[in-house]
Amino acid sequence: MREINVLKIREAVAELCLKANFELREDVLKALRAALKKENIPRAKDMLRAIIENARLAKKRRIAICQDTGFVSVFLEIGEDVVISGNIKEAINEGVEDAYKKGYLRKSVVSDPLLRKNTNTNTPCILNIDIVEGDRLRVIVSPKGFGSENKCAIKMFRPTDSEKNIINFVLDVVKNAGPDACPPLILGIGIGGTFDHAAHLSKKALLRSIEIRNKNKRFRSLEKDLLKAVNSLKIGPMGLGGKTTALGVNVEEFSTHISGLPVAVGVSCHATRSAQKIL
Amino acid sequence: MNVINITTPLTEGARKKLKAGDEVSLTGTILSARDAAHKRLSDLIKKGKPLPLNLKDAVIYYAGPTPARPGSVIGSCGPTTSSRMDPFAPQLMRFGLGAMIGKGGRSGEVIDAIKKHKCVYFLAMGGVGALLSTKVKAAKVILYNDLGPEAIYKLEVKDFPLIVGIDSKGRDIYDKAGWKKK
Repeated sequence: MREINVLKIREAVAELCLKANFELREDVLKALRAALKKENIPRAKDMLRAIIENARLAKKRRIAICQDTGFVSVFLEIGEDVVISGNIKEAINEGVEDAYKKGYLRKSVVSDPLLRKNTNTNTPCILNIDIVEGDRLRVIVSPKGFGSENKCAIKMFRPTDSEKNIINFVLDVVKNAGPDACPPLILGIGIGGTFDHAAHLSKKALLRSIEIRNKNKRFRSLEKDLLKAVNSLKIGPMGLGGKTTALGVNVEEFSTHISGLPVAVGVSCHATRSAQKIL
Repeated sequence: MNVINITTPLTEGARKKLKAGDEVSLTGTILSARDAAHKRLSDLIKKGKPLPLNLKDAVIYYAGPTPARPGSVIGSCGPTTSSRMDPFAPQLMRFGLGAMIGKGGRSGEVIDAIKKHKCVYFLAMGGVGALLSTKVKAAKVILYNDLGPEAIYKLEVKDFPLIVGIDSKGRDIYDKAGWKKK
């Protein structure tokens, strides 16, 4: 067994929150540069240039890429041979609080969804734990803005429905989001599981590099078809037209019940942020 | 495209010259306000109480910035989604509000009110708050400090880049967008 102290996890969470908010993901940057080459509408090109310049400035000056520094989700993948000493939940929330204070990040969390009093710490965060093989611990941090989070959707399909129905649903979600969710978007699609698990999968899908395709051939081809269909909408950067409505579409799937086919569409903006580290 | 320079206060005469799609560069004083501040202002209006700020020809920016690092004026400060302020915007326009800045589309009710009050809705680019922060020259909380990032800030901006989203005649830039079929 390998022992890891929670202090290490607290430090990792803080470091990753800062990294995610100041440094745009390399895969996203690469997709933006590729999109800039493909666009021919001057305004769309200007927008893409502004996004790339914004990323450069944020990294250089250690200023948040976007003022919505998000609601933090932390994913822990704990190896079976790891023993964690200390209070994990407390350490993770302290890591988030440290980063949001030290990094001059916006505190956007209210303690109660109806009373709506700001906690001034950007905590609590959402904690997801998975158990994996080995003696390592992977920490993933995803601060997500709510401009795009508000546009996410879920639908329980019939088990007899097909990819075509799924594509049409995703197109409806993207059209409904329109310019509000800061296109060009990144979409995380969760297919299968239960109502809640499909939503979890959609968030997990957003953590994967948009350069890496699904391992399963059928889902890989669905990712490709979805990206093509979404970009044919021509919503473009800021919703003002263009070839780039989405920079990437990632699908994550799981087994499901004979009676259903849950599909969750995680909508994320061009400033899709996440960072990870293995302890 | 030519960039039109505008300054605050944004008078009706200046607003009427702007057309949906125009690129604009704004210099002057703007007020940040988002959900919680709008709710408070709206509650005052409903109770018939006076507003704590003068909205005549004023420009409201739907934004909640990140805190300023020591030595800087402000943190990241891009626009938030405007549609969440749709239920409140027509009430504020009745008090002479000159313009709103945000991101995304607006409801039919807001467009009607814009037309009626000869107001303007500007789009600022979302998700580039670091870049937009370089256009802010001074920032000060003037109201609702207890709301933290949702407090009302008075911002002095120079050459703040905008696009006219909805003009004073009610023309909407997104009406021309091919994907919008509703």
